[in-house]
Amino acid sequence: MTGWPLLSTITFLPLAGALIILLIGRHEDEAVVAKNARYMALWTSFVTFIVSLFLWTEFDRGTADFQFVEKVDWIPAFNISYHMGVDGISMMFVLLSTLLTPLCVLASWDAIQSRVKEYMVAFLVLETLMVGMFCALDLVVFYIFFEGVLIPMFLIIGIWGGGRRVYAAFKFFLYTLLGSVLMLLAILAMYFDAGTTDIPTLLAHGFPASMQTWLWLAFFASFAVKIPMWPVHTWLPDAHVEAPTAGSVILAGVLLKMGGYGFLRFSLPMMPLASDFFAPFVFTLSVVAVIYTSLVALAQEDMKKLIAYSSVAHMGFVTIGIFVANQQGIEGAIFQMLSHGVVSAALFLIVGVVYDRLHTRLIARYDGLVERMPAYALVFMIFMLASVGLPGTSGFVGEFLVLVGAFQVNTWVALLAATGMVLGAAYMLYLYRRVIFGKMTKDDLKAILDMNWREQAVFAPLVVLVFWMGIYPASFIDVMSLSVERLVENYQLALATSEGPLFAGLWPSR
Amino acid sequence: MPELNLSAVLPELLLAVAGMLLLILGVFRGNSGTRLVLWLTVAIFAVAFVIILGSIGRNEVALGGLFVADAFGDFMKLLALIGSAVTLIMSLRFIEREDMARFEFPVLILFATLGMLLMISANDLLSLYMGLELQSLSLYVVAAFRRDHLRSSEAGLKYFVLGALSSGMLLYGMSMIYGFAGTTSFEALAGLMAQKVAAGDAPPIGLVVGLVFLSAGLAFKISAVPFHMWTPDVYEGAPTPVTAFFATAPKVAAMALIVRVMIEPFGDLLAQWQQIIWFISLASMVLGAVAAIAQTNIKRLMAYSSIGHIGYALVGLAAGTEEGVRGILLYLTIYIFMNLGTFACILCMRQKDVMVEGIDDLKGLSKTHPLMAFALAAFMFSMAGIPPLAGFFGKLYIFLAAIEAGLYYLAVLGVVASVVGAFYYLRIVKLMYFDEPAEAFDRPIGREMSLILTGSTVVVLLLIIVLGPLLDGTAMAAASLFEG
Repeated sequence: MTGWPLLSTITFLPLAGALIILLIGRHEDEAVVAKNARYMALWTSFVTFIVSLFLWTEFDRGTADFQFVEKVDWIPAFNISYHMGVDGISMMFVLLSTLLTPLCVLASWDAIQSRVKEYMVAFLVLETLMVGMFCALDLVVFYIFFEGVLIPMFLIIGIWGGGRRVYAAFKFFLYTLLGSVLMLLAILAMYFDAGTTDIPTLLAHGFPASMQTWLWLAFFASFAVKIPMWPVHTWLPDAHVEAPTAGSVILAGVLLKMGGYGFLRFSLPMMPLASDFFAPFVFTLSVVAVIYTSLVALAQEDMKKLIAYSSVAHMGFVTIGIFVANQQGIEGAIFQMLSHGVVSAALFLIVGVVYDRLHTRLIARYDGLVERMPAYALVFMIFMLASVGLPGTSGFVGEFLVLVGAFQVNTWVALLAATGMVLGAAYMLYLYRRVIFGKMTKDDLKAILDMNWREQAVFAPLVVLVFWMGIYPASFIDVMSLSVERLVENYQLALATSEGPLFAGLWPSR
Repeated sequence: MPELNLSAVLPELLLAVAGMLLLILGVFRGNSGTRLVLWLTVAIFAVAFVIILGSIGRNEVALGGLFVADAFGDFMKLLALIGSAVTLIMSLRFIEREDMARFEFPVLILFATLGMLLMISANDLLSLYMGLELQSLSLYVVAAFRRDHLRSSEAGLKYFVLGALSSGMLLYGMSMIYGFAGTTSFEALAGLMAQKVAAGDAPPIGLVVGLVFLSAGLAFKISAVPFHMWTPDVYEGAPTPVTAFFATAPKVAAMALIVRVMIEPFGDLLAQWQQIIWFISLASMVLGAVAAIAQTNIKRLMAYSSIGHIGYALVGLAAGTEEGVRGILLYLTIYIFMNLGTFACILCMRQKDVMVEGIDDLKGLSKTHPLMAFALAAFMFSMAGIPPLAGFFGKLYIFLAAIEAGLYYLAVLGVVASVVGAFYYLRIVKLMYFDEPAEAFDRPIGREMSLILTGSTVVVLLLIIVLGPLLDGTAMAAASLFEG
């Protein structure tokens, strides 16, 4: 690899853009400031995306090691360094983040009219933190990015959100904070056991069995809230409904994946014994999530809330896939996360399109949109079917792989999760029928306009991706397969050489 | 018998002499010389700062064993001097506007600071008490400095009565310790305790009782629960720059004192005092978080916030290790800057030439004063302990020490309390950013205020970059406490 610090460039380019927006935003006329901020944010995030494409082309698919590694001493007294790198598991999440940010900026072009400068700054800072989190190879650095995300997201929901935005912002912030502070303590405990917070070192460390249980629970508290799993998912519908469209896109597209990524990067490889021990517990929660939230989604009257609940159900598949801990399951989980990142982001954008026109998200306020908006109906259908998991779209590959993986471990889990797919089809098709088909009876819909070129430009790359991932998934699975293979190997090795977690040593003795 | 060794006491001597000279100057110039006296005081602080900075790393005993100058003390003194100097600069406009511009004000702050430096360096129970009282007496007076204001007088009186009570407890504890140990010198006490521990004896019960009283008296000074009752009233009643002063320099000095007393002479009695500190630390964190939620006055809110912060700093003491002390030093450093910045914002809260103190007055600040709102939001997120802001690192190293010392329950309860505490810090952010503006604050805020605000914001935002060197400094300071 060349010496150019590619990951740091991708991480901090948006931050630099944000600073420039702050500096140039001193003009008297507010419209000029807003326009400058929009273009600057778009260009910054677009250039970041282009730069991040080098990751895709330069990434060596023949190794499971971390690549593009950068390491600088930061706090030598505590052996903490600024360590960045990606492997097959994290690389595509970086691309997902850099892809969605410019789309978010585009989607907010007209929708956001107040405090545009601050909005764009918040999004660019958010991008820095998201990308940094997926690249960090030091636990403390990871935690800083992981938790730092709360600040811009809190402001995005609270300032530009809907009617109950304050409640939603606080709930989002406090729920996630409570989970992550427990993880922080676990990180400190790991530091004292291993003497470092360097992730590659920790991956090879092998924590004592009695400690793993506690560490696992602390990490679980953080990631389960983030992903989110039933029953700690209740912040998600609120946050999604109240956030502005682009906020929901980032929330569903990237922030939820932080939980799944955390399970894959930390829980599974660092605490294999505890992961194995708690796997049935995770399966139970996931199956409940898949079935229960699908049923809840069926009863929703708000489009965004429906998609939010469907996210919880889809994330249930992800957690099942991760904790079955075999090649198909984990690949399926990663694929499902990527696919969900594209599809749910697109679905929120779709809701945003009609919300911008009518300023309501109530399903009952819409009918027969196909008459006035044929292009919109087509795009909606593609993503609706991708969300359902129709073969040929990205949603199918992930869910299928997860089910294959789950079937090898526990047929009941596979069976129950599969019913979730049926329910998923039910609520999505039901939603689509109510909004798009039927007779157009509402007067204010009669003059509604179809998508303009800017909106179509937002969806175009997502449509391409959905079909690419669905028709030729190999180009994505190739990236991750070696890393996943090593993860599974180490996991099985750790299980084979131990006698399971010991509960006698659970309580700390002094 | 150690000799006088006056060179080690140079900064304190400088402050004492300058204080008397400035007092004379003030008497001759009258109240018209307030501005001059104030700037001279700041200059004296700056000189003392430079002297201490130049001699950092020393470890000497002076004044016949009553006074110790070590890296730990020097670190704390630097913090106290920063706190005193910056609050003095911040108060300039306020005292001129609010008819408080008497020349005694800067002189009293100077004597209070002298008291702080002495108590930080105390190496004997007697010099500890001398320093503490010099500081406290000056503080009682500045709290009641607006003597024609009911609330200010009330604050001063309340502070005096409760402060006298705590001094009484402190003295009682000291006499018990002296009665059972036969010495007041920290070194002799430490030797005695080490002997007892080496012989496997339990320390005499009277001495432990004395230690309990001593801790209670000191807990009063740092306003830790359950000795915190005076804090909200005094913070609210005292003139705002005085509150800013209370929240910074004296807190650092008292914290330095309690750390030194617990670690140096009584370090071997860790088992005896650890549970006390454990409890007051937890109680302060919880009360600071819960009680602040219902506050509507920002000064009262800051009072509860400071109680909570002291609770977190005490976690480091409860650990009783070098890492713990290191955490305290880092925490207090960050705490000082966050508080100075926050109080600079509070001092700018004026509408139509009247100071306002309700947190509702901050509504919509992000639209009327975007930069100030940004700074205050940074302080609030930092106090809540959200990375990448400075406050996070303070908490990180405190809890690092707690985990290392095996204080798992304290650590878990502490972080949970920090989530509860995050709520009220977020509420201020919410008021500033989510709500529509009420009335705007007066402009301009003044050049020195902008400077202080910018400076503390930069520290809070960018501390992450210089963390390595800062931690080395705290490590050196903490080590000096443990080597003797």
